[in-house]
Amino acid sequence: MNKYTTLRLDKPRLSFLMERRSLLLTLGLAVLCLAVMVISVGIGSKWIPPLEVIRSVFGRGDALNEVVVTKLRMPRIVIAVLVGASLAVAGAVLQGLVRNPLASPDVIGVTEGASLGAVLFLYFFYGTLSIRWMPVGAIIGAFAITALLYALAWKKGMSPIRLVLIGTGLSAAFKSIAYMLIISSPYLLSVKSITFMTGSIYGASWQNDVAALLPWVAVLLPLTWLQARHVNVQSLGEEVAGSAGANVQRQQLLLLLLSVALAGAAVAIGGAISFIGLIAPHMARKLVGPSFGVLMPVSALLGAIVLLVADIVARTAFYPQDVAAGVFTAAVGAPFFLFLLYKQRNS
Amino acid sequence: MRIVFLIFSLFVLLGAVACSIAFGVTDIPFAKIVEAFTHFDASQEQLIVRTARVPRALIAAAVGGSLAVAGTLMQVITRNPIASPSTYGVNAGAAFFVVLASGLLGIDGQAPLTWAGLIGAGASGAIVFVLGSLGRDGMTPVKLTLAGATIAAFFFSLTQGYMLADGRMFDQVLVWMVGSVAGRNLDQLLNVLPFLGIGLVIALLLSRHLNVLAMGDDLAKGLGQSTARIKGLASLAIILLAGASVAAAGPIAFVGIIVPHVVRYLVGGDYRWIVPYSAVFGAILLVGADLGSRYIAMPSEIPVGVATAILGVPFFVYIARKGRRVG
Repeated sequence: MNKYTTLRLDKPRLSFLMERRSLLLTLGLAVLCLAVMVISVGIGSKWIPPLEVIRSVFGRGDALNEVVVTKLRMPRIVIAVLVGASLAVAGAVLQGLVRNPLASPDVIGVTEGASLGAVLFLYFFYGTLSIRWMPVGAIIGAFAITALLYALAWKKGMSPIRLVLIGTGLSAAFKSIAYMLIISSPYLLSVKSITFMTGSIYGASWQNDVAALLPWVAVLLPLTWLQARHVNVQSLGEEVAGSAGANVQRQQLLLLLLSVALAGAAVAIGGAISFIGLIAPHMARKLVGPSFGVLMPVSALLGAIVLLVADIVARTAFYPQDVAAGVFTAAVGAPFFLFLLYKQRNS
Repeated sequence: MRIVFLIFSLFVLLGAVACSIAFGVTDIPFAKIVEAFTHFDASQEQLIVRTARVPRALIAAAVGGSLAVAGTLMQVITRNPIASPSTYGVNAGAAFFVVLASGLLGIDGQAPLTWAGLIGAGASGAIVFVLGSLGRDGMTPVKLTLAGATIAAFFFSLTQGYMLADGRMFDQVLVWMVGSVAGRNLDQLLNVLPFLGIGLVIALLLSRHLNVLAMGDDLAKGLGQSTARIKGLASLAIILLAGASVAAAGPIAFVGIIVPHVVRYLVGGDYRWIVPYSAVFGAILLVGADLGSRYIAMPSEIPVGVATAILGVPFFVYIARKGRRVG
């Protein structure tokens, strides 16, 4: 029996080669993700058992539990899933594009750009404009730094390595500017800004956060998945991609924009949560290999699970203190990254 | 010729320090500055000179020179033109350890904090250096830069998390996240000065060997140099210079990138000249940037770390675009 399933469509042009094992694995991860979601909803100042959580979600639970589950805890969990998945996919696209497994939205500066956008918004418009507009500031920041980066790294075409090098420089400068604003703003705003720059999904709500992020994710994730074959071709290298008939520069730009839009939207809502865009695609590649058609959904699920777990730790480790989840993604992500560098020392 | 120019640069540095003492929110005539040391009468102007301006100018000079020399050494031993204490996460690591020591362990006083800075600088520098040099192709700029950016992000995240968790420390820690030389006193300088001095002396003694090392590891080994020992000593100097600088002024970015490139352009590739020139030019740059940052948002100030970051970006981009290796 053939262990591959092929999915081929003419309109839209689409082709995926999928291993049966990978399909099963994807399903398994989806179930795991749901399980972690249910448990995570249950954890808090009042423990709610998983079955009761499920009953509450479907409106058949105890009235008090229902309020706690659907109004207070669920939005945060849903945001964790959306943000984690978006960051992971943004990282997976970027790694394929740059052909360097160590790239991620936080390394090339997209997260820093978004942070500066949000901090600028807080600095100039806090009090005059609704806080709901802060994500817009963050997205503008993410695209602004990308445009700048692309322009500066352009030299008769794009070189991914230049992109990474210049990205690290720009992000250091953006970070300094954000800190300058923070230092000169009042205490309340400084705390808000630093929370954003660390990344926290504390106090997420249906109207402000989920409603703002869900449309982006619902459009961008499928769109990225449709680009899978382009990512596959790009990851072979520019020459091969070119001779395989790809319009290399245009595809690079499109993929970069997709990646930035995903990362920008996620950061706008969840703050600058670091390292998920780096580690989730790696774990996924270990599990299902580099073909983007399956790599992408698996990365998304893993990203969601990682952020969910980090958030659980952030909420409970120093209870009643609610630590920013970004601290824990960094605490886990950085050692993992060092391990990767060690593993790939010869590639 | 080069010695004349070096002496001339020293005079420029003296002039910059003098201007830094004289100009600010309160301008103080030069005659009064001299009087503050010869005929001290505790007037407000004299107090400003003695307690605020002089320590500030001297710390800026010491830190600027140290970071520039550290950057020079890093660029040689890692053969990466965009190496500097900030790109390799050394500044972020030092800042995190200083914050941790003062906040979590309640350590007070400048001397233990200096040690904390040194330990942090050493730890993060060692991680980046070791990881960046693994593998068959040895150290490549991309590997080193990625490792450095990651380590920096890691330490910044932890520091920020700590700030948020401990509200009492918020304002104090915030200052550590961007380098600044404002509001320091002479004791702080005196505490780090021995470390900076030893670091600089090691760098000067090594400069002859750096010329050989810059030709490449294989060639240097072929000429009989113990490259491991030279690199080890240079790393020690880097840690002393960068770690103590951060302990005194916080993580000031990009000085270590800008200065060595300017100096190399001016005096050529001989490290016996590059090292002393870097020290002087780094000092001039930071004293100048500090002076300038007082005027951008008068009467409040922007931290000098921000000014150097903004100055540094065009440089950084230019060098990264050129993609040339040091050597």
